[in-house]
This record gives sequence, C-alpha cells and structure tokens, in this order.
Amino acid sequence: MRADRGFGLALRLVAAIAATLFFLFPIYWLFMISFKTPEEIFAYPPVWWPSSLQTGNYAVLFKDGDAWTVWNSLVLASTSTVLATVLGTMAAYSIARFGTGGKHYANWVISNRMIPPIAIVFPVFLLYVKLGWVDTYHGLIVLYTAFNLPYVIWMMRGYVQDVPLELEEAALVDGCTRWQVLWKVVFPVVRGGLFATAVFTFVFAWNDFLFALILSRSQVVTFPVQVTHYFGGQSNFWAKIAAMSVLGTLPIFVVVATLQRFLVRGISLGAVKG
Amino acid sequence: MAAAVEAAGRRHEPAAVPWTERHFRWLLVAPATFVILLVGLFPFVYTLIVSFQNITMLEEDTSFQGLANYARLFSDQRFWEAIGHTLLFLAVALPAELLLGFLLALLFLDKMPGRQVLIALLVLPVVISPIIAGATWRLLFDNRFGPINQILSWIAGEPVVILWVNNPSFVYPAILLAEIWQWTPFMFLLLWAALNEVDRSQLESAEIDGASWLQRLWWIVLPAIRPVVVIALLIRGLDLFRLFDVVWGLTRGGPGTMTETVSIYTYVLGFQQFETSYAAAMALVIIVLLSVVVMAALDRVAIGR
Repeated sequence: MRADRGFGLALRLVAAIAATLFFLFPIYWLFMISFKTPEEIFAYPPVWWPSSLQTGNYAVLFKDGDAWTVWNSLVLASTSTVLATVLGTMAAYSIARFGTGGKHYANWVISNRMIPPIAIVFPVFLLYVKLGWVDTYHGLIVLYTAFNLPYVIWMMRGYVQDVPLELEEAALVDGCTRWQVLWKVVFPVVRGGLFATAVFTFVFAWNDFLFALILSRSQVVTFPVQVTHYFGGQSNFWAKIAAMSVLGTLPIFVVVATLQRFLVRGISLGAVKG
Repeated sequence: MAAAVEAAGRRHEPAAVPWTERHFRWLLVAPATFVILLVGLFPFVYTLIVSFQNITMLEEDTSFQGLANYARLFSDQRFWEAIGHTLLFLAVALPAELLLGFLLALLFLDKMPGRQVLIALLVLPVVISPIIAGATWRLLFDNRFGPINQILSWIAGEPVVILWVNNPSFVYPAILLAEIWQWTPFMFLLLWAALNEVDRSQLESAEIDGASWLQRLWWIVLPAIRPVVVIALLIRGLDLFRLFDVVWGLTRGGPGTMTETVSIYTYVLGFQQFETSYAAAMALVIIVLLSVVVMAALDRVAIGR
C-alpha cells in the first residue's frame, strides 16, 4: 500500500518470484515429461531436466493419429464460438437497447450458465440419443453454442451499453434500417469487446471435458477426452498424457498471452472492468 | 367517416415499415433463446417425465412410478455422502483460494521490477483445462516417479513414500492442493484488479491521520473491494459445487467412493450403471436447488452492473 525501497522491495520481489515458481512448477513438469525418453520418465529418483529435448513422444501422437483430436477440438470450439458470438451479440443488443424481456429474462439467461454441466448434459444426452446426435459434430456444436450463449449475451450487453446512442440515432436519421445500424454502427464499435468475448467462449469450449466425454464415442473425440484414454494403458502412457496435454494447452497459452488486457473482465463475467 | 379514415391510416402506417423492422427486437433475441431452450427446456421436460418412470439398462419400464425415484434419493446414503464430499471441497478450497489470492494481490500491488511478466505467468493455471490439471497433478503425485515425494524426501532427510491418490488420509489434501493451485490465480487476478481501483488519496489521508496498516485495510480497502469479493465467491462457489474434472483426473472418485462428488456420482449412475430414471431425478434435484440459489444470489448482486 506504500512504495517501499531497498530491503522491503527485495523481500517482496523474492516472495513474488517464489509464488510464481510454485504456480509454474506443475506446468514445467508436464512440459518436461513430454520431452523425456521412457527411461527418463521412469527414472528413480525423478529427473528434473531431460538430457535432450527429443520430440519422439509427439511423433507417436501424429503417427497414431491421436493428434487428430486437437483438430476436433479446434473445429468444435471455433464453430460454436462463431455461432454463439453472432447470436449472442444480437440478443445482447436487443436486451441492452430495448430492455427486451426485462430483468427476469436477463437473469434467466445468466442463470443458465450456472447450472452444473452434469445436470445439463444428462437431459441433453437423452434427447441426442432420440435424435441420433451422439458422437456428431453438430451435436456438440449446438451444445457448446447453447452453453456459451448466456456468457456472450451477458458480456456483450455490457459492451453494447457503452456505445454512444447518438451514433445510432444519426445513422437512423440518415435512413439506415435497424439491421444496418446494428451491422454498420454497433458491430464496429464493440469489435474489441466482441473479440475478447469470443476468445473466452473459445477457451470454455476448448477446455471442456464432461460434455465431450459423454457425447463422443469415436468420431468427435476431443483432446481432453483423449488424454484420459491413456490412463492405465501401456507403459508409455505418461509420455502420451504429457505430450497430448501440451499439444492442447500451448495454443491457449498463446491466446491468453496476447489478450492480457481483456483477462480480468472476461473471467469475472464483466464484473471487474480491469 | 373521419374515424374510418383515421383507422385506415393507422393500419396503413405500420405496413409501410417492413415486418423485419417492426419486430426487430424480438427477431434479435429469438435465435439465441431458441438454442438455449433447445438444450435447456425440451430435455428438461423429457427428463422430468423419465424421472417418474423406471428406466434402467436392463429394462425400458416406462410405467409411471410416482415419486419412487425421489424417495430413493432421500434414503440413498451414497448421494448424501457425495453432497458431503462436495461441500467439504467447497468449505476448504473456497476460503483458501480467497485468502491466498488476496495475499498474492497485496504482494503484487505495488510496483516492482518484472511485475507484469510475473503476473502473466502466475495466471496460466487458470486457463488450463481442469482435466489436464488433474492429469498433471496425478503425474506430480506419483509415489515413485513424481517430484512431490522426492521433495518431501529432501526435507525429511529420508525416503518418503506417500501413496497420495490411494491413501484415504492423503487423497483429500492431494485433490485440494490441485484445486487450490489452479484457482488461486483466478481469485488473485480479480482481487488485484479491484485493489488497483481503491482510492489512493483516501488511503493517504487516513495514513496522515495516523490510521495503522490494519485499520486502513479493514475500514477502507475491504469495503471498497467487497462487491468484487462477493462475485468472485459466487462464481467459484458454483464452480466448486459442480466439481468434476480435477477429481476425475486424479482419483475418479476413489479410493472406493471416498472422493465422489455430486457430479461424479450422477455421472456414474447415469453413464456407467445406466440407472437412467434415477439419475434423471438426481439431475433435476440439482437443477432446481441450484436455480433457486442462483436466482436469489443474482437478485442481491448485480454482476457487471
């Protein structure tokens, strides 16, 4: 609460670095296992630094076709993200500008987000069995879209409210239709927020395990489900768990690193402007 | 006569505006509402019906059983134990994450060299898929090839062999450590952002007036960040109530059913034992309970407003 110098600062810096190392260590360990040879993985006592950064564990995943599950994750997460952001922003605009549905509709929307996934997916599974949608791309895409819509609506409502009303009125006076106002005036102004919201939507779908576990069999297996397939398998299962996990985690790290400034607003459902 | 002209005019006037314009606001919310209802309402109604029947893997008995499944829920010891386990995780992890996150936020509040880089690295656990986090900790906790027992051996000065995920006395600390590791940075990030918004001039004048550090914390800082704390607790509390991934990655609810959460038990019932009707009843009870809690909470805190 007060800028201190010398000894105090050094002490804080040491504590901060120690804390950061603690939170990074599991990630470090996971990445290192993915480069280790089987001998190094099952060395006792454990080896902290592999002798060489060999990529054999990754090569196996590509050779067996397991790496394909990352592609599945990409298809599902990106398609559902596009759907959820477009439909969600439309709804958010209506709620923010016209108060459509009132307070109860807005609260109902966000409460959908907070129901436990297991309680959502069980009924959905029964429905999908009837429809023949289990283990299909569109089945999971619809589910991810529905699951992410409340989040998008909630976030975009905040961004849309920040759009100056005069801009829209001027466009209406100039003879634009409502749809043109939304497309040509509102969308460009909220583009930053839209982009940030889309990234979080993508991360939610990308990181999901439960929905994919229940609604995939062999065709649309995603990378988190694939990782759990390795448990208790052959002797090289540690290498596969680590390499597969890194393949799926690295893209997210890159995305988050480029989005630092949206992080706080995104994960707090817009509660903290950040 | 004049009234007829007026009525015709009124009827004529909206027709000049295309219907896509007139119903603009409803057309905007319609697709989103439809999708949410598609995976929300229709399966919900269907599940409600199933929960009154007696469908299992062995028989498709669609005769109505009344409230039999709900009655069974109340006498199902494993269900209540699962609720107990879930609440135990919640009761330990939530305050721990809040406290540790707050301490970290205080630590990083003032400027220091490399602060932004450290914060960027510190929050990485939050964006890892929770099932991957569980798998990672399973590798860390391995009794022979994991580094945790190795580090403990260094500290103890003799070989330490703890079977973290198999030993009933150690399995809870193991899961809680993984859970707290992943989500403390979440609390940290929100609280850090909130602390940065606290009015500095107010703090300075309080300091000039002789208020101690603790007094300033209690009377100025905590009231200022209270709304953010409430929302962070709400988000994390609901997340912890549906805890599944980390536990699944580490123990799959074991040893036995010792660490089984509500979500895991429902999954096991519905998708491994195929007690369809019974699992449906359980899912419904969870939905109704949580909806009541969420709606009540939302009326009190206005997220994002």
